[in-house]
Amino acid sequence: MAQMTMIQAITDALRCELKNDDNVLVFGEDVGVNGGVFRATEGLQKEFGVDRVFDTPLAESGIGGLAVGLCLTGFRPVPEIQFFGFVYEVMDSISGQLARYRYRTGNTFNMPVTIRSPFGGGVHTPEMHSDSLEGLMAQQPGLKVVIPSTPYDAKGLLISSIRDNDPVVFLEHLKLYRSFREEVPEESYTIPLGKADVKREGTDLSIFAYGLMVHESLRAAEELAKEGYSVEVVDLRTISPLDIDTIVASVEKTNRAIVVQEAQKQAGIAANVVAEINERAILSLEAPVLRVAAPDTIYPFPQAENIWLPNYKDIIETAKKVLTF
Amino acid sequence: MGEKITKVFNPAETLNEIENKFEMFQILNEKGEVVNPDALPDLSDDELVELMTRMVYTRILDQRSISLNRQGRLGFYAPTAGQEASQLASHFALEKDDWILPGYRDVPQIVWHGLPLWKAFLFSRGHFVGNQIPEGVNVVPPQIIIGAQYVQTAGVALGLKKRGSKTVAITYTGDGGSSQGDFYEGINFAGAQKTPAIFIVQNNQYAISTPREVQTAAKTIAQKGIAAGIPSTLVDGMDALAVYVATKDARDRAVRGEGPSLIETMCYRYGPHTMSGDDPTRYRTSDIDNEWAAKDPIVRFRIFLEGKGLWNEQKETEVIERAKEEIKEAIKKADETPKQKVTDLISNMFEELPHNLKEQYEIYKAKESK
Repeated sequence: MAQMTMIQAITDALRCELKNDDNVLVFGEDVGVNGGVFRATEGLQKEFGVDRVFDTPLAESGIGGLAVGLCLTGFRPVPEIQFFGFVYEVMDSISGQLARYRYRTGNTFNMPVTIRSPFGGGVHTPEMHSDSLEGLMAQQPGLKVVIPSTPYDAKGLLISSIRDNDPVVFLEHLKLYRSFREEVPEESYTIPLGKADVKREGTDLSIFAYGLMVHESLRAAEELAKEGYSVEVVDLRTISPLDIDTIVASVEKTNRAIVVQEAQKQAGIAANVVAEINERAILSLEAPVLRVAAPDTIYPFPQAENIWLPNYKDIIETAKKVLTF
Repeated sequence: MGEKITKVFNPAETLNEIENKFEMFQILNEKGEVVNPDALPDLSDDELVELMTRMVYTRILDQRSISLNRQGRLGFYAPTAGQEASQLASHFALEKDDWILPGYRDVPQIVWHGLPLWKAFLFSRGHFVGNQIPEGVNVVPPQIIIGAQYVQTAGVALGLKKRGSKTVAITYTGDGGSSQGDFYEGINFAGAQKTPAIFIVQNNQYAISTPREVQTAAKTIAQKGIAAGIPSTLVDGMDALAVYVATKDARDRAVRGEGPSLIETMCYRYGPHTMSGDDPTRYRTSDIDNEWAAKDPIVRFRIFLEGKGLWNEQKETEVIERAKEEIKEAIKKADETPKQKVTDLISNMFEELPHNLKEQYEIYKAKESK
């Protein structure tokens, strides 16, 4: 096994699938010779040729349309949207077209597309590069939305996404690309979509999180352990559909829960998780389920970013409210 | 004070020169006379008769669809009369394995390409079975988002090129659709990737009520292809032979590997935008209607064919009777299709249902079995 960063694990997953299936095509802005602005597609054009890994004109809607048309001719496209803040330019292709094709055609066509895109804050980007817009995607029926938090998960989930016969939006947190390495098998493996993962077991409180916030939650759990609290951290991994079974099982065990998201609080994934817990496990609860999220402003200018983004201290504060309720 | 740059290069003059080069291509004039004999297509007598048959049939289909809609027996319907040459002569230049990505008014082309008529009626009624495309019929359901079909066509054409296929992808939008960003992204992608696509703009002069001159300063829509670096043609969309030749040439170029083309067909829809409450008298005068009625595509093609001894009243009556009979049959078949259920719709969301839809499936199954 090799030690890999998340970006290396992603490149490795793309390589596995380009090898595995001739219908897999990787394309987007600067993904060819340049290997992508974050090097997610490093070396792939050289290895698989310009027919399989190629640069497109700079137009996101065109990239989305290309994906739809390529599916109609039997391909399995893996387009990259250079930054997820640019998704507004391709919303019709994603929500109006890809997500609806199977449904619109009564199961006669399907769209096995995986849209990869970096998102997330904390790296001082210009405007429209860091926003957490996963809620927009999760609100659209017909899409699966996957957000890995570790290199190992990233590889297995990306391979599953590419093999899935329905459209998947695969979001890669910018700050996790190179933040740490872990052991990642060099061979191909899959992690099922729609399955959460208990990243740390505990008995007093469940923290549900995804993306970068999994790591902030783990740090909070570590600190809380020093004070004698046993905290479970559940990485949702797929935010649409949610893994209800794992969420409910965890709440039934700990009887207390908080949900953490990097996105603004309004109309978010966390609210959805809270609602599911209320509908399915309210009698297990010893305290209200609270949320940790960013304030409901537009994503901040870089100088305010570190205060604006939720961190482990915010999580500890909210966790204590629930633990001592 | 003249502009300094004109000493070296005159932008305004260059624009004028380009715009003036886009003359409208015509073979049959309004009187059915051949004005460009050199450009006449190599169509056999049988093929000419078949093209006329389809145009007459489709005019009847339009009339019947309008009356069925008024009786409440059809749902969403966008009338096609006036656009038969643009729609059917362009389609006539295609081969069976070519792909069609239609706009919402382009139901006739996909029907002639193999979508059963009863399914087209179900599409109109809003039943998903209407959009279940039979295996081997290379069409997708009519597009509602004006322009989306253009970027998707770039994708289909790229797929065909990668497969080494000698087929093309054709798509249709209107004068209003040419203002969409996707219009430009579609033609630009296909141009840059040199793929076998044909982009048709049926310029029927009005985007619902908005006249063509409000859409763009460009003198023609055809010239927009120049910006994307692709061959572009302005054609008389009321002249079946001219539309056929322009499309056939574009198809030939595409299968030779010479990339996509843009074709603007100048035409007119006689009826309202759709049957959902549009009143064309709010934005068009009867003078304009009459001016275009004089250019009717079926009238002039009839004169041409009669002159060759290929068409007569009896033939036309036979086509009309056949159309009426087949439409009746298709409506009957549409009526016999079981009503759709919410459980059907849930089943069509994913290959494998996630937990939320599984739960909702059970809820609706119980409701619908009551």
